[in-house]
Amino acid sequence: MEIAKRADAELGAGTAAEPGPRSPGCSLRHFACEQNLLSRPDGSASFLQGDTSVLAGVYGPAEVKVSKEIFNKATLEVILRPKIGLPGVAEKSRERLIRNTCEAVVLGALHPRTSITVVLQVVSDAGSLLACCLNAACMALVDAGVPMRALFCGVSCALDSDGNLVLGPTTKQEKEARAILTFALDSVEQKLLMSNTKGLYSDAELQQCLAAAQDLSPGFGQLG
Amino acid sequence: MPEAATTPAMAEVLSVGKESVAGCRARVAHNVLNQVVLPGEELVLPEHEDVDGLGGAGEQPLRLNSGARPRLRVVCGPGLRRCGDRLLVTKCGRLRHKEPGGGGGGVYWVDSQQKRYVPVKGDHVIGIVIAKSGDIFKVDVGGSEPASLSYLAFEGATKRNRPNVQVGDLIYGQCVVANKDMEPEMVCIDSCGRANGMGVIGQDGLLFKVTLGLIRKLLAPDCEIVQELGKLYPLEIVFGMNGRIWVKAKTIQQTLILANVLEACEHMTTDQRKQIFARLAES
Repeated sequence: MEIAKRADAELGAGTAAEPGPRSPGCSLRHFACEQNLLSRPDGSASFLQGDTSVLAGVYGPAEVKVSKEIFNKATLEVILRPKIGLPGVAEKSRERLIRNTCEAVVLGALHPRTSITVVLQVVSDAGSLLACCLNAACMALVDAGVPMRALFCGVSCALDSDGNLVLGPTTKQEKEARAILTFALDSVEQKLLMSNTKGLYSDAELQQCLAAAQDLSPGFGQLG
Repeated sequence: MPEAATTPAMAEVLSVGKESVAGCRARVAHNVLNQVVLPGEELVLPEHEDVDGLGGAGEQPLRLNSGARPRLRVVCGPGLRRCGDRLLVTKCGRLRHKEPGGGGGGVYWVDSQQKRYVPVKGDHVIGIVIAKSGDIFKVDVGGSEPASLSYLAFEGATKRNRPNVQVGDLIYGQCVVANKDMEPEMVCIDSCGRANGMGVIGQDGLLFKVTLGLIRKLLAPDCEIVQELGKLYPLEIVFGMNGRIWVKAKTIQQTLILANVLEACEHMTTDQRKQIFARLAES
């Protein structure tokens, strides 16, 4: 019983198999996740995608300041700290994207007038940072026992000048790409929860990237 | 760094994940018992058997719903929500089922692990008094709001005879009001007006926090850990469903040993625990 409970607490510890490549350059980097590593937060997780690593901690449902409380649902806050330097505008924008994704899946109506805080710390950045942050936030919310209506995963892809698709790009691939697209997909029907795109791409390419990401997302579901 | 879980458990988790996400179809609740379920999965309840099917003259009762067979009435426990005529899983954990005593379908719930307490009506909890304002005490029970405790909710308390409770005292009480819309309230008497073990917890001793799953395990009727602890040293122990344990033994050293053993119980197998108890009993 104890072993089973520990397995539940550390769900997803270890590595998951890489899904088979559809076309050259489509295979995802090795990814891994570990839960329940911090003692203070109610839930914590560390997500590793290749060399990119993000540590997440969740506190909640906890007390909220009267100025920030919402009468009928939980107040979700996301704090993203970069590896070096003070958080800037880019971090604020990523925080908003992650918060919108989490609000779509967390059942906030079960805990009105409380706050759920997700704190993310970038440990190392080697490309696909937003996708890694989304995955770490999801695993930490699961570890904290926050009620959710689905799991979500983040997948990012890069389009280079020839139109080739690379899923989970490294920093070098991101620099040379003409467009970088990041999607958050839910686990039930792979529906799109959030998309963040940068660069030049056509409508058909967007649909192609989204389809590739949706094919990949059950692989992340295995990790959960 | 915690070690990875044992291989059979991991293999089971991975295969469940593959199955559930690949199909994305609702699974029958009965087939998934004691397996890991993930948020977002839908469970189909077993169908109602036609107990009062054919009447005396071979008549069948008229069905008012359009042909769909009625489902059993089940109680939806923690970690599950109703959605239509199915159950939606909202927490990650193992699905459990308890057979009903009388009619009906029994209770389904998800056994999940959590550190944060959410007040539930009827739970016995250990709280810390943080403020005294007029006729009520504000008690921190570990939830999102402090619970309120009226000074009259103690055995033998009247307006003239106030209980001796100071800020910082430990209180063992029961939650009588605990829903998401209202501030939680607790009392230290039962419905007959007797204390029944509740009230202010005495001097000395040590209060420490553990996960909610460990408390449920220790309070299970067939748990031997507490009995084995009692054989080691004479002790006083109070378990709060909010993850707090208060323990007191004759000396400070014994109290600390007991606290460490209880905290470690969560991650130990039965054999390791018996070894540790044997070693402590020798010394």
